[in-house]
Amino acid sequence: MRTGSALLTNAVGLHARPSVKLTQLAKSFAGTVEFSLSPDGPWTDAKSPVKVMRVRAGKGETLHVRTDGPDADAALEAVIGLIRRQFDEH
Amino acid sequence: MTSHAFKGQCASSGFAAGIVTDLPGADAARAQRLVAALDPDAEAEALRQALARATAELQVLAATADGEAADMLGFQVAMLEDDALAEPAFVAIAGGTAAVEAWTATMDAEIAGYEASEDEYFRARASDLGDMKARVFDALTGTAATALPRGTILLADDITPSRFLSADWQGGAILLRKGSATSHVAMLARARGVPMIVGLEANDIGGRRVLVDARQGMVLVDPSEDEAACFESRRGDSAAREVSAALFLNKPAITSDGHRITTLVNIADPDELDSLNPAHCDGIGLVRTELLFEGNALPSEDEQAAIYARMVRWADGRPVTFRTLDAGGDKPIPGLTPDGESNPFLGVRGVRLTLARKDVFLPQLRAMARAAALGPVEVMIPMVSLPSELEAARALLVEACAALASEGIVHRMPALGMMVEVPAAALTLELFDAAFLSIGSNDLTQYVMAAGRDIAAVADLADPAHEAVLRLIGMVADHGARAGIKVSLCGDAGGDARLIPLLLARGLRILSMSPRLLASAKQVIAAADLGRT
Repeated sequence: MRTGSALLTNAVGLHARPSVKLTQLAKSFAGTVEFSLSPDGPWTDAKSPVKVMRVRAGKGETLHVRTDGPDADAALEAVIGLIRRQFDEH
Repeated sequence: MTSHAFKGQCASSGFAAGIVTDLPGADAARAQRLVAALDPDAEAEALRQALARATAELQVLAATADGEAADMLGFQVAMLEDDALAEPAFVAIAGGTAAVEAWTATMDAEIAGYEASEDEYFRARASDLGDMKARVFDALTGTAATALPRGTILLADDITPSRFLSADWQGGAILLRKGSATSHVAMLARARGVPMIVGLEANDIGGRRVLVDARQGMVLVDPSEDEAACFESRRGDSAAREVSAALFLNKPAITSDGHRITTLVNIADPDELDSLNPAHCDGIGLVRTELLFEGNALPSEDEQAAIYARMVRWADGRPVTFRTLDAGGDKPIPGLTPDGESNPFLGVRGVRLTLARKDVFLPQLRAMARAAALGPVEVMIPMVSLPSELEAARALLVEACAALASEGIVHRMPALGMMVEVPAAALTLELFDAAFLSIGSNDLTQYVMAAGRDIAAVADLADPAHEAVLRLIGMVADHGARAGIKVSLCGDAGGDARLIPLLLARGLRILSMSPRLLASAKQVIAAADLGRT
């Protein structure tokens, strides 16, 4: 299990386009990828756009990410990178 | 047979004639499907197939869509492919609920969650969920099997964007009892030139012959021969004008004696860009930013940066000129512009206001500098009367860029220029250190002629075609040519077929106008001969 966190700084939060990008990225890894708005959970499956959108994470929230499985390190690095790059929206 | 007219609001102008197709409402389709409801296993299978079919339809649409439409369709595909979406529906079906009811209840609950959000971005996505709900519902009830033939004149309560995108509307029209002229469908209809009327209180006209004049919001049912002839004549006139102008839209603007004229567009609302092809213009000559400030709260730097970035990306390497906030005059903004000025056009407006409100000006300049990192961006200051005002604005722009640099935020220093609309500036341009000049012909005319833009009784005076205004415009153009400074014109005159030849004759070679006037302006330019003017 690996964990990390990043601040959501893009203008619209975890909105439709960012959510789709996050889930597509998460699905490219074999292991589990989950996130939460608090370090203690509850944890949301980052591979499900429906569940990601239900969180309605807005700008300024901190996303805590935890990954598990054979590619946990790469998955964590990639997801944190995507959030820090503001989902390549700019 | 006597004719009967229905009136609604125009959402997208155009003409159509033909037989009305009345789309059955969801209630009727549901009733039919409920009669056919079978055992839970068959109902679950029916929903699975409907989901697969809806997803496949959306994938086909997404493959040929671009821009915002492609993003919207891609989001819907991702959501429908996610088992989590329909999970509650399958649970309900296993408990004996019919598939249509289970799907409707599941989506209504999901949509309610979005509508309850305090975040407007999430609230706005409720319409996408509604679209997905309708598409799967249609697949489930077989409604979608009745694909609309080309050129359908459709009457419905409302239609979803994806249904709009799945039909060929060439020759047809969309008549909605509900709907809104600001909806996503209305925007798509305008972009594709499909006539559309909303708020039409028409029932029982399915199968009847109609004439649709969407510009007037008018639907004529069972027209007489005289009415049909009159309609065809109006439609012919309009079509002839549009067709002959449209031939010029995708070509550069060149005068009959071979001079290339730069044609730019004026943009107020970023959504306008969705229906515009950047290849039809030479860039954005004026981005009006006032609209961004009309909400309940002032837009943040990040919000502005995102919108400006979208415009620069759209322009795809062509120049984009952002005008800093030009509030005041005929554009008051509550809480920002002063109340009770006896003559707001001569009061605290444009740069006079923004220099007094650095809390508003600095974030806007920072957002523009951030957008400048993505392409050629110019910053234009409105209502400049004195060189000191331009220099004060420049000092703030330098300050904004220095702060961005120290914060490690990607940016670039944009070129700084000014509007020429106050006669005091127009007469002393050699005193100003501006990288470019853009003539605001609306204000320049009213200040030169001492005739208010908003006073009908002096409308004849407030005309840029008067010699005093044209002479001043000529002086500005001459100054630009001498000093090697780019001069454009971005007022209403720039797209006015009557005035364009006069402006070219005074030396202007760059005109910025409303996008819908591009085709007719290029047509006028093509007929102009600069050698003879």
